[in-house]
Amino acid sequence: MELALDILSFVLMTTGGAFVLIGGIGALRLPNIYTRLHAASLTDTMASILIIAGIMLQAGFSLAAIKLLAILIFLLLTGPTASYAIANAALLSGLDPQCDGSADGNNDESDEESRS
Amino acid sequence: MIEVVFGVFLLTLLVITAVAVVRTENLFVAVMLMSIFSLLMATNFFILDAADVALTEAAIGAGITTVIFLGALALTARREKRSPNGRFATLGVISVLAALMIWATFDKPRLGDPNAPVHQHVAPWYLEQTPELMGIPNVVTAVLGSFRGYDTLGEVFVVFAACIGVLFVLSAGQGLDRGLFAPDPESEGLRHHLIPKVVGRLLVPFIVLFGLYVQFHGEYGPGGGFQAGAIIATGLILYALLEGEASALNALPRSVLLGMVVGGALLYTGVGVVGMLLGGNFLDYSVLMSDPVIGQQVGIVLIEAGVGITVCGSLLSIFHAFAAREAR
Repeated sequence: MELALDILSFVLMTTGGAFVLIGGIGALRLPNIYTRLHAASLTDTMASILIIAGIMLQAGFSLAAIKLLAILIFLLLTGPTASYAIANAALLSGLDPQCDGSADGNNDESDEESRS
Repeated sequence: MIEVVFGVFLLTLLVITAVAVVRTENLFVAVMLMSIFSLLMATNFFILDAADVALTEAAIGAGITTVIFLGALALTARREKRSPNGRFATLGVISVLAALMIWATFDKPRLGDPNAPVHQHVAPWYLEQTPELMGIPNVVTAVLGSFRGYDTLGEVFVVFAACIGVLFVLSAGQGLDRGLFAPDPESEGLRHHLIPKVVGRLLVPFIVLFGLYVQFHGEYGPGGGFQAGAIIATGLILYALLEGEASALNALPRSVLLGMVVGGALLYTGVGVVGMLLGGNFLDYSVLMSDPVIGQQVGIVLIEAGVGITVCGSLLSIFHAFAAREAR
């Protein structure tokens, strides 16, 4: 039982870590702000669900598990809201969500970010 | 071993972030990178087992400083001005200073060395005496609030003076009717953005509640007045961003905020003076109650409340002072 829980939590945390990695690569490599945001929001939602579920399995039934649940709810509320707010601000400041990938609407700032 | 690897990884990230802050000319990017820097620093403090400092760094450095920087940036240019003169002089000064600091670290005891002077001087006495004299588990709060109460009083007055200074520089009171976040009453705040509004309204009470928890749980776990004041101020700033500055000022007018700044410092000093009147020394809480241990606890709770009130009031006053200025 103990071993099964450990394996399950290990699998959950590793998958979550993979999502973080994919989100990070996507946020660096994708062409414009909307696609980058799409990649970055992976880390907010799927990765945090998986990682925190994995840690909760390690914590067992305890106060720590309830605190982790509270953190998860907080992240699930704030993460997508922040993504929405960024996308909305980008749209309002006149960046077109184009699909051809050539137009990098977020020119100088994004270059600076990717360099740093 | 794993802690060393993690620590080295975090420190490397810190250096990279610091270099990126220096190199970028876009000030918005710099502010965001500073926020990341603070968050990394907070993680670093945490793996060094300094949970109280980590909480302060996360709440003030990564949270509220970013908001105040952004408020300041809205009033100035977004790009750094190039200054071609004096680059080599700067480089020289910084190289000499860096070399001196690196040289100074050679005399430093190793991390966590139990024979280091800092662990031999008064720290063992604090650790031994805290349960006996105060009866509270968090030694950091005991040191901060009681053993070194003078230092914390000084810090509160630094916050107080800084707030008054910022208010003088920004000459708050001018441009009250046309603030930065209120171009016209119809589009005030985020009233027309449904998702941030709903989620924000949901979060504000919980943020303030968490702040109060940090405030009054400071004797038992990480936390205290500085962190709590910053967290509560963050919640109220979120409210101001959602509902517009005018409604936030309706809920907590400037006079109340200034009253909080002064009142918190007064409460702290008042506890010290009452201790003197009851026959003890300044900031000696043992005389406040008949039982000295209970007296210490009451004193710590009161002065932490004073710290929290002053910090919260100062941060909100500074935020409103920035927000009330018109962009140039």
